[in-house]
Amino acid sequence: MPVLASLICGFVFGWGLTISGMIQPTKVLGFLDVFGISSGAWDPSLAVVMAAGLTVAGIGYKLARRRPPLFEKESLWPAKKEIDRSLLSGAVLFGVGWGLVGLCPGPAVTNLATLSLPVIVFIIAMAIGMLAYDLWLVRAAVPAAPKLAGTTAADG
Amino acid sequence: MVNFTPVSAAIGGALIGLSSVLLMLFTGRIAGVSGIFDGLINPQTNDRAWRAAFIAGLITAPVIAALVGYTLPMPQMPRNFITIVAGGLLVGFGARLGSGCTSGHGICGVARLSPRSIVATGVFMMTAIVVVALTHHVFGG
Repeated sequence: MPVLASLICGFVFGWGLTISGMIQPTKVLGFLDVFGISSGAWDPSLAVVMAAGLTVAGIGYKLARRRPPLFEKESLWPAKKEIDRSLLSGAVLFGVGWGLVGLCPGPAVTNLATLSLPVIVFIIAMAIGMLAYDLWLVRAAVPAAPKLAGTTAADG
Repeated sequence: MVNFTPVSAAIGGALIGLSSVLLMLFTGRIAGVSGIFDGLINPQTNDRAWRAAFIAGLITAPVIAALVGYTLPMPQMPRNFITIVAGGLLVGFGARLGSGCTSGHGICGVARLSPRSIVATGVFMMTAIVVVALTHHVFGG
């Protein structure tokens, strides 16, 4: 059941990305290109996607907080609180990559449906980037740090 | 604002939010695509089934959308493969180092009003805006 539920959730997520146009990198770049505000070419759609998503998720999460999940023993709400150097430098690196191509992980994976070669190349590079971090984390792990905290208690 | 599509953006965004809530209600997991994907390829995880199912759902969505008559445009990617590879590496490494991406921080985290996610989202948005300004207007054009 949790697997079927995940499949349905992934499908709804992918459907939202598809119909909102967020799987088209140029549409995302059309939002990020603030020079378009003065020229009239700016596309605020991404902001509307975020606003609508946050409204639904904000209300829904408030309800979800009160009950255990239907198909698993416990909910894994992220527990980290501190704003550290990893969070900030990770966000900067992520932002550079996102701005270069206009793809972030959700739309990139969803776009595998198009069998586009540049998207497949992007996904392979993204996977290598993730594994490089995971390897680095294992190598640099100090005894006090929880093993693979990044995978289990990550924000997302 | 010739390219602005507010209605489909609002419906699509609401579905993304709904998916995040349903995943939490059903399985107690955060709908962060970078974390889900990493757990699928990371040799040290042992809960791959739900991750694979979520990813399969993502990929199935545009296929079904095309089957029911939705026009599915091919993604317009940079012509230069060096840019694509660099972008992919940075997105992958950065998402792990910063423990989240546009979905995990931008939607799920900000919706929880997590200060970490609000800061991360602000930082990667501003960085991407600067990068686009530089690549499209200063160096390219």
